[in-house]
Amino acid sequence: MLNIKELLDTVKASPYREIVINAPHTGVVEFAGLKKGDRVHGRFGEYKEKPGTLLAHLTREKNKKPLHAPEKGEVGMVRSELEGQFVEAGEPLVTIRHFLTRQEVIELVLQKALYLFRAPERAKYYFVPEVDQKLKVSGKRSVKVREGMELMIVSRMKRETPLSYSGPEGIIYSVYFGRGDNVDEGEPLIGVCPEDQLSVIQDVVARIQSEWEEE
Amino acid sequence: MDIDRRIQDIKDRLAYIRDIFGGKEDEHIRLLTAKLGEVLARDAATPGGVQAEEMSRLEDLFAFSERKLDTQLTPMDRVRIVRHPQRICLKDILENVYDNYTEIGGRGEFNIDPSMLIARAYFARRVGERIVNQMVMVIGQEKGHGEAFRNGGSVKPWGNAKALHYMKVAETENIPIHTFVFTPGAYPVEDWPGAAQQIARNLYEMAALRVPLVAVFSEGGSGGAEAVSLADRRIMLSHGYYSVISPEGAAAIEGGLRGASRATPELIEKCARQLRITALDNLENGYVDRVLQEPPLGARPTHFDFFRDLRRELIQATNEAVSEVKPMKLFRAMAVRSSVGDAEAVFMRWSLSGSAQNRLVDLRQRKFRAMSRHACLDGTGLIKRMAASARGTVWAANSFLRYDLLGRQKKRLDAMLEDLGAEAHIVRRKLLMPLKRVMDSILPVANVEQQKKGDEVRDRLTRLSCPEDGACLVGSEWAWISPRSQEDRTVSCPQVRTHHCPDLWVPDLYGDFAGVCPSCGHHFPMEYPWYLHNVFDYDRAREFNQRLESINPLGYEQFEAKLDQAKARTGLKSACITFETVINGVAAVVAVLCAPFRGGSVGAAEGEKFIRAAERAGRKRQPFIAYVHGTAGIRIQEGVNGVIQMPRCTIAVRRYIDRGGLYLVLYDTNSYAGPVASFLGCSPYQFAVHSSNIGFAGPGVIAETTGMAVSPDYHSAYHALSRGHIHGVWDRREVRKNLHQALLTMGGRNLYYR
Repeated sequence: MLNIKELLDTVKASPYREIVINAPHTGVVEFAGLKKGDRVHGRFGEYKEKPGTLLAHLTREKNKKPLHAPEKGEVGMVRSELEGQFVEAGEPLVTIRHFLTRQEVIELVLQKALYLFRAPERAKYYFVPEVDQKLKVSGKRSVKVREGMELMIVSRMKRETPLSYSGPEGIIYSVYFGRGDNVDEGEPLIGVCPEDQLSVIQDVVARIQSEWEEE
Repeated sequence: MDIDRRIQDIKDRLAYIRDIFGGKEDEHIRLLTAKLGEVLARDAATPGGVQAEEMSRLEDLFAFSERKLDTQLTPMDRVRIVRHPQRICLKDILENVYDNYTEIGGRGEFNIDPSMLIARAYFARRVGERIVNQMVMVIGQEKGHGEAFRNGGSVKPWGNAKALHYMKVAETENIPIHTFVFTPGAYPVEDWPGAAQQIARNLYEMAALRVPLVAVFSEGGSGGAEAVSLADRRIMLSHGYYSVISPEGAAAIEGGLRGASRATPELIEKCARQLRITALDNLENGYVDRVLQEPPLGARPTHFDFFRDLRRELIQATNEAVSEVKPMKLFRAMAVRSSVGDAEAVFMRWSLSGSAQNRLVDLRQRKFRAMSRHACLDGTGLIKRMAASARGTVWAANSFLRYDLLGRQKKRLDAMLEDLGAEAHIVRRKLLMPLKRVMDSILPVANVEQQKKGDEVRDRLTRLSCPEDGACLVGSEWAWISPRSQEDRTVSCPQVRTHHCPDLWVPDLYGDFAGVCPSCGHHFPMEYPWYLHNVFDYDRAREFNQRLESINPLGYEQFEAKLDQAKARTGLKSACITFETVINGVAAVVAVLCAPFRGGSVGAAEGEKFIRAAERAGRKRQPFIAYVHGTAGIRIQEGVNGVIQMPRCTIAVRRYIDRGGLYLVLYDTNSYAGPVASFLGCSPYQFAVHSSNIGFAGPGVIAETTGMAVSPDYHSAYHALSRGHIHGVWDRREVRKNLHQALLTMGGRNLYYR
């Protein structure tokens, strides 16, 4: 059984992810004047079309290419001693501390704690009518699944086949797809939680919701 | 009670005057405010009779001041009048001008597009003792003052499609069309049928619509206005505006503004003045036929006299359009010409016979052909011009002899012979087959030879193309190589994130690969001479109208210097190059719009060159190819002189296609706005080079006007293809091959040169 408390403690001990920006190829580095502690942001815009904060330029064969921050965070370290020098590919240039957001932490905990039932092929998925009814009326946590139970309908190109659940017995905790969405192969469909752990997980999520500050 | 209403009325008038003058302090406005305040203060104490007298005095003062203020209106004030919620709208006109009407295909927001209003209406006329109802189809934009679903008169593509549909209905029913232009511009969405493409379709159809068209302009914003205004008679309301772009838009471009920053009111005011957008300006330039005088400070729904004037003007204009082409008119034609004040006295049936319809279309086309001559400079010498026109006549005569007089007979004969041959083949087969079967069984040697021959024939029939026969140039065989290839450096493909393309060495990229990423096929922008030399064989081509030059017809500030700069940098006189060439043995006329010259924007010179090229192709019976290296749209500094090229060029293209020509369009890099929404978008065969963008308004304009962001690849050639706006996407290196293929397969039997 997974120790959720322990997991949460480890997350709390270092509530960020360290992102190391390596030189993608060789070239002469020219930093954009960021120092330790500066805030940077990742790609944004409705279509993520606008690049993140400029970190450095890397020039190879007179081809000056920008390096942008991939995610929001704080600059941890800048190798300013490399300014104007030729670096090899893979050389770390900047590190960014990305503070985990509330949603990311919940996701992290859930992905570890729940059993994820994944899509066997790219298709549209629907719950079988009985389950669907139950989900609609009494909410997600009301459905108990067990090995071999006929749970879903796989709909693809006018063909509908039933899909049985395989995995540990438990309660549907989260549903990862929407009605009529195409789900890629290997994507999680539902997250199943063993019945005895339900209250623990709910507790943890509620705590993260209320305590975690990083949005 | 009555006094209260009059006071309210005066208050409304004052509020309206304040709105129109946009916060400008004026002595008249101050005086009116003070006088109204005085009357209101005394209001309660004075007895009724005195009150009424005072009110009459105040009303007289208001009327006087309004007339006075009317003379001081600046173009921007007029724009504010037109946009004011109290401005008359199409619904008011339908109520007050026509004697009866029924709205078609729409009821409030239950409508395909509520901003486009269609109605069948009639004028009841008295002819002697009889009452005659004269039917018309009324089509126009409805601003709907405050009804958000009407979009302020910005018509979506399907609204324009609806307008076109009912124009066709009117054509079937043989009744005139009255269109009313009340739009700040079209709504820029590319969803099927596409803003630009639908406007192009409307223009194309209107160019040869066989019923009289009368257009009334109140607010005419570029593409949205053109979608319904290609008319035999164009009337403009005296306080309206007709412009290539809104003054705010022009100011944003002039000021180089981006994002959230706004242009200053002074700059907007200046742009409005420079664009020459008022009714008198347009009348002077010849883009409208008549200006209808409105009451001081613009017509509002209570000005019933104005509606009577409009009714008279509409009847007069329709009568004129009809009388010009009617075979039997006798004295009425004279009466129509002299009856400006009393149009209702002359009765004329508005349905036309077949031959009159032909004359009508011809007159409309000639009318637009003659416009905007003054807005460009033809530097060709007199002798050369005379020689060119003589040559044109010779070609026309030659083509007539070859293709019409003799060609038609020959075609008929050929078709007959072909049919006869096919019949004979069947008969022979029926007779000889049994005999052959016997022979084959006796003489097996002959059989083998026959088999061989049959294989050959089958091979010829089933093999469509031979891609291995020099389909695509490789190595350093390009006739023209970009000077950028001299640089020793590398560049990264923009698609590196998704396709992981390796960096490209510039001499390879621009030299051997013709600017195409070998890994993902992304096309880097290429200079237009690459196409001129590698596709169109420019060295051996014959260029014409070289000396037709772009000028600054409106005296737009600093534009002359910008034009000179563009001319010096590119060595061209306008953004359009026209020439005759031969593509793999097929002679063709080509018009090129090149982006380096003011963004490939189209003004009077470009339009004129394009039209002459289309005419030349028609005269010489050759296919006509438009290669668009890039176009940013209509040149705003030329004002309506630019916009009018939309209908003009479309008419030229329509004439060419109707006479049997093949018109092909090829887009490269970025093509937007006016040209796509007219003479390019109306082509039945449109192709694009990879990585090009095609659309009506750029992403910035869409975000600005509609408030919604579009995805970065919203205008990409592949999306245009999937929306059905273009009909194929080509690799740059295969353009020549594909063009030749297109000329052969699309030419078919309606192509002159065949």
